[in-house]
Amino acid sequence: MRFSTLVYTIKQGIVNIFRNKWYSLASMATISACLFMFGIFYAVVANFQYIVKEAQEGVAVTVFFNEDTTDERISEIGEMIEKRAEVSHVNFVSSDEAWENFKDVYLGEYADGFGDDNPIKDSENYEVYLNDVSMQENLVTYIESISGVRKVNRSEITANTLSGMNRLIGYVSVGIIAILLAVSVFLISNTVTIGISVRKEEINIMKYIGATDFFVRAPFVIEGMLIGAIGSLIPLTIIYFIYNSVISYVSTRFQMLSQLLKFLSVEQVFQILIPVSLMIGIGIGFIGSFSTVRKHIRV
Amino acid sequence: MITLQNVVKAYSTGAPALNDISLQIDAGEFVFIVGDSGSGKSTLIKLLLRELLPTSGKIVVNDMDVAALRHRQIPKYRRSLGVVFQDFRLLKDRNVYENVAFAQRIVQTPNKQIKKNVPSILSTVGLAGKYKARPRQLSGGEQQRVALARALVNNPPILLADEPTGNLDPKNSWEIMKLLEEINARGTTVLVVTHNREIVNAMKKRVITMNKGVIVSDEKEGTYIDEI
Repeated sequence: MRFSTLVYTIKQGIVNIFRNKWYSLASMATISACLFMFGIFYAVVANFQYIVKEAQEGVAVTVFFNEDTTDERISEIGEMIEKRAEVSHVNFVSSDEAWENFKDVYLGEYADGFGDDNPIKDSENYEVYLNDVSMQENLVTYIESISGVRKVNRSEITANTLSGMNRLIGYVSVGIIAILLAVSVFLISNTVTIGISVRKEEINIMKYIGATDFFVRAPFVIEGMLIGAIGSLIPLTIIYFIYNSVISYVSTRFQMLSQLLKFLSVEQVFQILIPVSLMIGIGIGFIGSFSTVRKHIRV
Repeated sequence: MITLQNVVKAYSTGAPALNDISLQIDAGEFVFIVGDSGSGKSTLIKLLLRELLPTSGKIVVNDMDVAALRHRQIPKYRRSLGVVFQDFRLLKDRNVYENVAFAQRIVQTPNKQIKKNVPSILSTVGLAGKYKARPRQLSGGEQQRVALARALVNNPPILLADEPTGNLDPKNSWEIMKLLEEINARGTTVLVVTHNREIVNAMKKRVITMNKGVIVSDEKEGTYIDEI
């Protein structure tokens, strides 16, 4: 293809947007509306997942040892646990550290009566943190089978609740994305149908005077992709400002809540949202324009 | 240049639109095709444009078997035909220059060449001063001249004109016909489908008369036959 043809094709794509400005605006608005819903939904789901993940990271399994277990054996057990795929990291707590924690949490000033004695001197342990709490049961079974291990403490209710929430978020995400896609396809196919009537004659003329399918299609496809790109940048801009305002509003008005829950920063959300929205927008524009022209190109 | 051998075109219902048509048009000829509505003239043009495929028979244009063309070969074939329609079929949102230049762009003519060719062909059809005008700003006759310029800018060996004067007043009709005659004099084969009896009778060209899908008369210096 000649360079001048390429430049002409791109120029025509841009000019087409202004030639059919109402159609272009309707298409942009449709794509913007769909991606706005998607963006809001993504921001909410991403934050839910982040909150659940933060909570999961706080859930640990505690491993205690038999009284006669040597320090070497305890180290070996630590290495064996650390190698497991479901383990995020392992933290060794000596019996002195365990006693200090216990005093802080449960005894306070009453602990003075114990002097320098450590009544839980055989309570050194590993705090084992998981990558995924739904795998807790597997890990516990494994650790319990290791010789030298006396007891494994875990919180089944927390683990089950968190993994249940994770699953629920997954199902809801799939469901809502499916609904959003269906709505998008419906809205976009309607817009494309309007576009067909505007373009049918133009495509026919081009074909009668000997234009190839590519020559007819390329400006339309470029036009569609540009409309898609603009249609995705509009909701991204709006969501950027909305997200920042909502997060700062929640943090200032509900300080208790913001101490308990950590939200993703706008940069973290947009790291995924920008490429995904652009891909969806440009993809919708490409498919919409490609299929519009295809219906009339076989003249 | 154009050969039809026993061409039949039947639609799903009714009698065939073309029934066993055979004809030969040589290079450089000027031919009128006349006949009442439903005689098969438009079907013939559609077959030559490869918009339709014949039910049976063979159509050869510029040594190409038209029915055997693959989809991707059709654009190249159509570029060997200049086409003019009754309703002009101009791109309404582009000016005169762009409408004509478009035909050059699809054959990937360099910009420099387009800038030479388009003004030249516009002056041939008498529209050099109106290159910036949009189709809606032009009269019917002027729009048809733009369509002619677009059809001719790539120097096709054949020009097909489907009722080119159908939407024009007598004065403009004559001007278009004179242009077609000039184009023919330069060597282009011209095939004109028309209802205009006065023009056909005055120009003394070959006249092929069709009725109900068959050729009923083919005269070298023919006239418009009213009663068939």
